[in-house]
Amino acid sequence: MTPLKHILRSIMISIWFMFLTFPLMVVYINPLNYTVTWRWKNMIMVGIGTFFASFFWRRFQNRTVGNNDKPSLGQKTLNHIYTSPEISRMLLGVLILFTLSFPFIFSTYQTNVFTTALMYVVLGLGLNIVVGLAGLLDLGYVAFYAVGAYSYALLNHHFGVGFWVALPLGALVAAFFGILLGIPVLRLRGDYLAIVTLGFGEIIRLILENWDKVFFGPSGISNISRPAFFGVELVEKSIPHAIKYMYYLVLLLVLFTIFFVNRLKNSRIGRAWIALREDEIACQAMGINKMRTKLTAFALGATWAGMVGVIFAAKTTFINPASFTFMESAIILSIVVLGGMGSIPGVILGAFFLVLLPEYFRTLGDYRMLAFGASMVIMMVFRPQGLISHIRTKYNFNAKEPLA
Amino acid sequence: MNVILDVKNLTMDFGGVRALNRLDLDIRAGEIVALIGPNGAGKTTFFNCITGIYNPTGGDILVTPPQKKTVRVNGVKPHIVTRMGLARTFQNIRLFQNMTVLENIMIGRHCRTQSEILGALIRGPKTRAEEEHIVHYSYALLKKIGLERQVNEFAKNLPYGDQRRLEIARAMATDPFLLLLDEPAAGLNPQETTDLVDLIHKIRTEDKISILLIEHDMKLVMTLSDRIFVMDYGKKIAQGTPGEIRNNPVVIKAYLGEDSDA
Repeated sequence: MTPLKHILRSIMISIWFMFLTFPLMVVYINPLNYTVTWRWKNMIMVGIGTFFASFFWRRFQNRTVGNNDKPSLGQKTLNHIYTSPEISRMLLGVLILFTLSFPFIFSTYQTNVFTTALMYVVLGLGLNIVVGLAGLLDLGYVAFYAVGAYSYALLNHHFGVGFWVALPLGALVAAFFGILLGIPVLRLRGDYLAIVTLGFGEIIRLILENWDKVFFGPSGISNISRPAFFGVELVEKSIPHAIKYMYYLVLLLVLFTIFFVNRLKNSRIGRAWIALREDEIACQAMGINKMRTKLTAFALGATWAGMVGVIFAAKTTFINPASFTFMESAIILSIVVLGGMGSIPGVILGAFFLVLLPEYFRTLGDYRMLAFGASMVIMMVFRPQGLISHIRTKYNFNAKEPLA
Repeated sequence: MNVILDVKNLTMDFGGVRALNRLDLDIRAGEIVALIGPNGAGKTTFFNCITGIYNPTGGDILVTPPQKKTVRVNGVKPHIVTRMGLARTFQNIRLFQNMTVLENIMIGRHCRTQSEILGALIRGPKTRAEEEHIVHYSYALLKKIGLERQVNEFAKNLPYGDQRRLEIARAMATDPFLLLLDEPAAGLNPQETTDLVDLIHKIRTEDKISILLIEHDMKLVMTLSDRIFVMDYGKKIAQGTPGEIRNNPVVIKAYLGEDSDA
């Protein structure tokens, strides 16, 4: 394209943006004295800004279009990191040191935010089993999260059951619900499955909201005990300690989840899941039990949501149905898709991205969600495969002679 | 020789349409049998009935695995049929596109291996040995079909002919005694077709696997098969050796249409 064409296109884009941002940036209604202020200066600023941004972006793209076949610089560095053991070991060391010392370097607030992010990492990795590996689009994942949280809250409220007993119990109850949901939807796929799971998520939330006698309705359950530290109850006074403890607890769960999912992914079961995602009929014709494979994926995904649910209840010490809306499911699903389906580092990065960005965008005030949405759109336009796409295991047969 | 697949009176209705009409067919151990017929004759429906994808309306499908008792497989789930030793390929290639060539074959080993979630988590000696077996077995199969250089390539990136071969290898990985090939030569060039004929011969003689194939390439059918079954409108209209089928007036009529002057 010639520079003139670039300029023309950029002008078109800037006009379009001026039109789009008109109600937001130009019209200002003052409700106190019933006046409307027209801020035309803003419009000119937007126009000039988008014009230059678009122009330089086009120039930049034009220059890189020649070597499109070659992997981008980012991909190359990533590959380099993956393949070189020294660099990856060093990075891992730095990462471990950073995560371990985090609560001692940063404030309680930051630690709390990071704990939440880590919880979403686990949720993302759990949903990744269902969506990323087995290819079952689940829009009601939050239901299992709620099941876990309410299991602990109710057990604690009525019977005083402690956190460590409730953790496996909550996971089990959630897994049971996973199978319960799995059985009727075994025949469904894609859009249909998405709708059914969406309905399931809403059913769980509505039951929690309306069955007051059992679940305490919209007012929720409060005074849930925090986890005990080797049998020692942490008293309310030491909340900073409790937060630090919670951080390490979640970190431990994250490590365990990564370990587990990584092993599963490269196992007989993991391969069966991926095959199921790729082609259901061929998968059955290869001797894979479709029903069982789907149910294990559902149950395992739910198990993780249940565990995080228990942790969530223990962390906030108060839960109500408002924490388990469809929005949560959507965010967890976005973590998986944005991070890269099936990719563990991708999901981890996606979780941090989606949890930390809105948190740190608070300074932007009203524009927070706008910036959040825009960054998601930009992400999907430029990296539809996710932040870090899934890399298949490679096998090397140079020296070895096969036995069979 | 003993019959390994015996189909009697097989009928399949889809609503009011009778796709298979009282079909009889048998395959003996070590045979290469072809199933031919015009488009829409019901050949693929027949495959789907045998492999458990459809539950036939009537009739019997009797399978006799080597050194085992005869089993009726009507309406048995596809994965169990595969476990019994019937493996198939598909008319429109159904590979796992986003998995590597080796992984595709490794999936074929699924029904012959056992490790479960706990095994995958702990990865004890048994699981590791099994995993090693899967990898080596699959690689040996790849070598056999001549795709060992593309081990880590995605299945979708293979040329069409190689994809057909890979699908056959994947079916072989399930240790079948009867291989069902649905139009294995469709879309292949003459050279690839010749290679395919060699491969099928090799599978029969070296691996002692019987083969039932659907095919439209008459040259391939005539050179390869011991016996041929001909179908039209869901019915068997003829059966016999290639020589007999070639000169059968009923078959010629089904393929070329009836001469209106006669």
